[in-house]
Formats: sequence, C-alpha cells, structure tokens
Amino acid sequence: MDKRGYFSGFGGCFIPEILTETFEELVRAYEAAKADPGFWQEYVEVMSTYSCRPTPLTFAENLTNHFGGARIYIKREDLNHTGAHKANNVMGQGLLVKRMGKNRVIAETGAGQHGVATATMAARMGFECTIYMGEEDVERQRPNVFWMERLGATVVPVRDGSRTLKDAINEAFRDWVSNMDTTHYVLGTACGPHPFPEMVTWFQSIIGIEARKQILEREGRLPLRAYACVGGGSNAMGLFSGFLDDPVELVGVEAGGKGLDSGLHAARLSSKDASVGVAQGYKTYFLQDHDGQMRDTHSISAGLDYVGVSPILAHLQTIGRARFEAATDAEVLDAVTLTMRKEGLIPALESSHAFAQAFKEAPTLSKDDIVIINQSGRGDKDIFTVADAFDDPAWKEFIKHKAEQYHA
Amino acid sequence: MLETTIRSKMAQKDILLMTHIVIGYPDLETSFELVRTMVEAGVDLMELQIPFSEPMADGPVILKANQDALAAGITVDQCFDFAEKIAAAFDIPFLFMTYYNILFKYGLETFAERMAGCGLCGAIVPDLPPEEADEYLAAMNAHDMAPIFIYAPNTTEARMRQIAEHGKGFIYCMARKGVTGLQTDFSEQLGSHLAHCRASTQLPLALGFGVKNRADVEFIKRKADIAVVGSQAIRILDEKGVPAVGEFIRGLR
Repeated sequence: MDKRGYFSGFGGCFIPEILTETFEELVRAYEAAKADPGFWQEYVEVMSTYSCRPTPLTFAENLTNHFGGARIYIKREDLNHTGAHKANNVMGQGLLVKRMGKNRVIAETGAGQHGVATATMAARMGFECTIYMGEEDVERQRPNVFWMERLGATVVPVRDGSRTLKDAINEAFRDWVSNMDTTHYVLGTACGPHPFPEMVTWFQSIIGIEARKQILEREGRLPLRAYACVGGGSNAMGLFSGFLDDPVELVGVEAGGKGLDSGLHAARLSSKDASVGVAQGYKTYFLQDHDGQMRDTHSISAGLDYVGVSPILAHLQTIGRARFEAATDAEVLDAVTLTMRKEGLIPALESSHAFAQAFKEAPTLSKDDIVIINQSGRGDKDIFTVADAFDDPAWKEFIKHKAEQYHA
Repeated sequence: MLETTIRSKMAQKDILLMTHIVIGYPDLETSFELVRTMVEAGVDLMELQIPFSEPMADGPVILKANQDALAAGITVDQCFDFAEKIAAAFDIPFLFMTYYNILFKYGLETFAERMAGCGLCGAIVPDLPPEEADEYLAAMNAHDMAPIFIYAPNTTEARMRQIAEHGKGFIYCMARKGVTGLQTDFSEQLGSHLAHCRASTQLPLALGFGVKNRADVEFIKRKADIAVVGSQAIRILDEKGVPAVGEFIRGLR
C-alpha cells in the first residue's frame, strides 16, 4: 500500500474503496502506454489527422508594436478540433479507453469545451457518452450543450452545491462508482486523484514540445516568459512541460474575477484566500473556509471557475519554478477586445487571462525578449457572455427577434 | 473499546442496528430529537455525519441533507459540541462519519483528541484509503478511537486482509457499487461476498448501502453482524417526521 502521485506533498489519491481496482487498472494502462513508443506515435498521428496538430505559433506583430516591448508569440490551441486544447487530453484518454476495453465515457465540463471534445471523441471511437455540467454553466454555455447533444452525448445539468465545475466533478464520480466496469471517467484537467494530474499533463505536453521546437525554428532562441491561464491547469501544464528544463519563466494566470480583495474570484495560487486541503480525490490549494467547506468561486469564464488547482502547479509554485498572477474580469475583456482588433484573433475568455497578464508585462520587457502566450481556446463559444459584457445593442435586438420567431 | 462493546451486544442480539444522521439536518434541535428517538427505538450504534460541501460518496438523500445543514450554518465546532452532548446523554457507541478534508483542516491530532474528549468511539472517512491514512491512523490510535475502514464489493481478498490490519471496531461492507441510498439487490451473490469478507478479518462486519426494511435486515442476519440504515431513515424523517423514524426502526427486527 504505497503512496503515489505526490509533488512536493501535493496530489495523492484519495478515493473511495470501490474505485481502488479501477484506479489500479488505469495506472497500469497509463504506465504501459507511456512505456510504449508506439502509443505516443499513434497519439500524434491521431492529433495530426483528426485535429490540427501541430498547431501554429503565430507572431503577433501588431500587438508587439502596440506595446513596444517583447516580441509576442501566440500558441494556437484554438485551432484544435473543437476549438481548444481539451482535444489533446480527450483523444489521448480515448486511446487508453480502447486499450482498457471499456465502452462508455463520462466527463465533467465547465465552459463546455471539454464536454464537446469528449462527445466528439466518443462519437468517433464508438463510446456511449454522458457529460455532467453545472446548471449555472449550462446557462452560460448553452451553444456547447446544443453541440454535445447533437453529437449524441447525454448532458446532465448538475443542480447541487454551487452548480459549477466542482459539482459536475462530484456527480461524475458518483456515476463512476456505480459504473466503473464499463465506464472511464475522462477527467478534463490536470487535477483529481493520481494518475490524472500526471497523465493529463503528459497528453497536454504536446503543446509545449511543439512550441519549444517552433520558437527555436523561428527565432533561434528560447522565450523569456511563457504565459498560460490556469483553471484546473491542464493547458498551463501542457505549455510549461516544454520549457521545464530551460531558463524560461513560467507564468500561470488565474481568474481574478472582480478583484482579489473582493472575495469574488477563483485565484488559488495567486491570492492569500486559498489553503491546502483534500477534496475531489487530491491534495492541493483550495478556496475553502476555516472548516474545510469549499467556497463559491467567481469568474467571467466558466472554465476557470474552480476551487482547486493542479497539484503539479502547486508544486511548481512551491519550488519557485512558476509564478502565478491573476487577471480581473475587466482586464480580460480589455485583453480580448485588443487582441481581436489588433490581430483578428478571438481568444476564449479563459485564454484571455493569459493575454491580459502578458499585456501588463510586455511593455516592461526589451525588444529582444520573446514571450509566448497560450491561446488555449477560441472565443466564439463566449458570444453570449461577451455580448452581455459589452451590452451590445444589435445583438440584443437579434436575440429578441429570434425569440419572437420561436413564439410565432 | 468499540469492538468489545459490539461483541457484548452481539452476544444478546442476532443482528445489531447502526443508524446514521447528518448533524444539523434539518436543524440541531431536530437532530437531537432524532438521536433520542433512534436510541429509544433500540439502535445499537450510530454514525453522526459532519456535513461536507463535497460529499462524493453520498447519494441524493444524504447529499441534500449535507447541503441543507451547511446552508443553515452548521460548523465543525457545533458538530463536536453536539456529539459531546449526545454521547453524555445516551449510552450507545457514537461514531463520526465525514470526509477527510474536515479532519485535515482541523488537524488530525486535535481532531482525534477532541473526539476522545467528547466520548466518541471512532470514525468512518470514506474518501481516505489506508494508503493515505498514516497520520490519521497514528492520531486515532493514540486516542483509542477506532478507524473504521470499508470493504467494497470488488475489493480483493488480499486487499481485504491488508485493510483489516489497519481497521478497528468493525469493517463497513458496502452491499453494492455506487453511492448511498439507492436500490440494492440482496441476493445470493451478496451472501457469498460477505462470506469472503468474513474470511478476511476477525473484526465484526457491518453491512450498509440500500438497507431499508425488515426483509433486508433479516437477509443480513448471520451473514454480517450489524445492519446499517442511512438514507431510508432520512427519507422517513423528511416525509413523516421524527416519531415515524422511531416506528420504522422498531419495525426493522
């Protein structure tokens, strides 16, 4: 009975007894895949023919000139199939599910990106699929619910607790403890019990491996800093993985919500509001009260609205290898606006947190410096949230008109 | 010692009953009345659940009770005060049931020490496998509190033996997969699972998950030592109130 999956004391595997065998099987399948070069080859092949890998590294010339500091590069995970880095993890786990011989997958989703990615994977690989999604997120991300259902998945709105991502995770675990013989839980981020943090990081490391190669080809040298937004932390772990052994500063950007002093945020590593705890199967920093009850979190972006954070990121902070900052909802809207106008790119609100922080720092850097921002996903899914934030009158008219058509 | 108490009760009855309440659901006064009613109805031991915001192993009934109790403002301190009050008032063994974060945040040593001070006998922590339990076991053992571990229907016999080395008081056997409070098939298969459980430990066996009527309790007799009734008592409390829970318990054996 050994402890496994610890990083500077974070992580572990706090699971109910009923899941012990399931996790043993998963660890075996993961370790076998990792030891088999053919598996990674198959994974890269799938990602380059079904998704859009390698995703480009775009030089943002206009943003670079606008800030007059570091040369800004953008890693284009938005160009993956389904529009986010989530596809990397999902297709990787899908290949493992095939190896384990299971025929049903379940997943939680916040922004809906992981749910849509899982639903596409299930459709392609022939698995049954159920997606758990907090009721509040169903409201925020209705278009993704539509696509999941069209792709053949069952979407279950979760009405317990804060009705967001953490509650969807609890509900997925409740499904799993009943159906683990046939079912794999495709956890969407680098959190949860071992081996998920490590395994999801492995699949997402394709981002950083590509980015490192691309920047060396393009510039012949490494970036000074790499920026990624941090919800659970999978896109950040993906980008950071490529530069862990390099003199590159790794910057994770959390949801500052209405400000770190407001209490309305989801900043676990960059605020003083979080403390170490054990929930959802792993030990990390959680936004919780004195008794250990999880608090409600806030973010304009459903995908960053989460109480915990990857134990590997908590570890990287502890050893001083990564720095964590927060961007507020307002800063994020400014960043997405500027990126659209200057580059014609539409980053997801989640990804825009990384942009916002890079924009704060770029002007202070030299013109010889390079930074890479991970555009983890595309922003079209956020049309309702962004339209509301800008109080767009033409959009509101359109929605009213559309609603009238349905009444007719 | 919890096991000694259980064995002396086992000498007098062919099956023991353990019930479960969520502290502070629907409020502390009702919780107290519920405990009194259950004890008067002959319950042999009882789990007192400290509410947690993420009760991963619990089904809809107990999940809702956890959330309602928290929404009404229950704190861990109040749970300790409540436990102290009832352990002083009623002469049966009481256990805490909760999730690991509650103990972790409180401090494992302080938690176990205060449990002992309150007159509790042990704890059930469903999200804490023995692999992660070193500090917990040290604290519980230092204060003579019984750490109750769980056997699942898919736990191998080899693992059962390993778990039994860490457990005290009794072993909690799950009657099926899944979360608390759903339908259970009390079948021959379950009987043979219990035989495996019995073969792997000297500790008394409790059986829970889906136990809801006299027939279920009858089935458990001689296969296990303690029948555990959780969600069903809360359902009856919700539908018919505290006195009906007493009648329900008296009708179980």
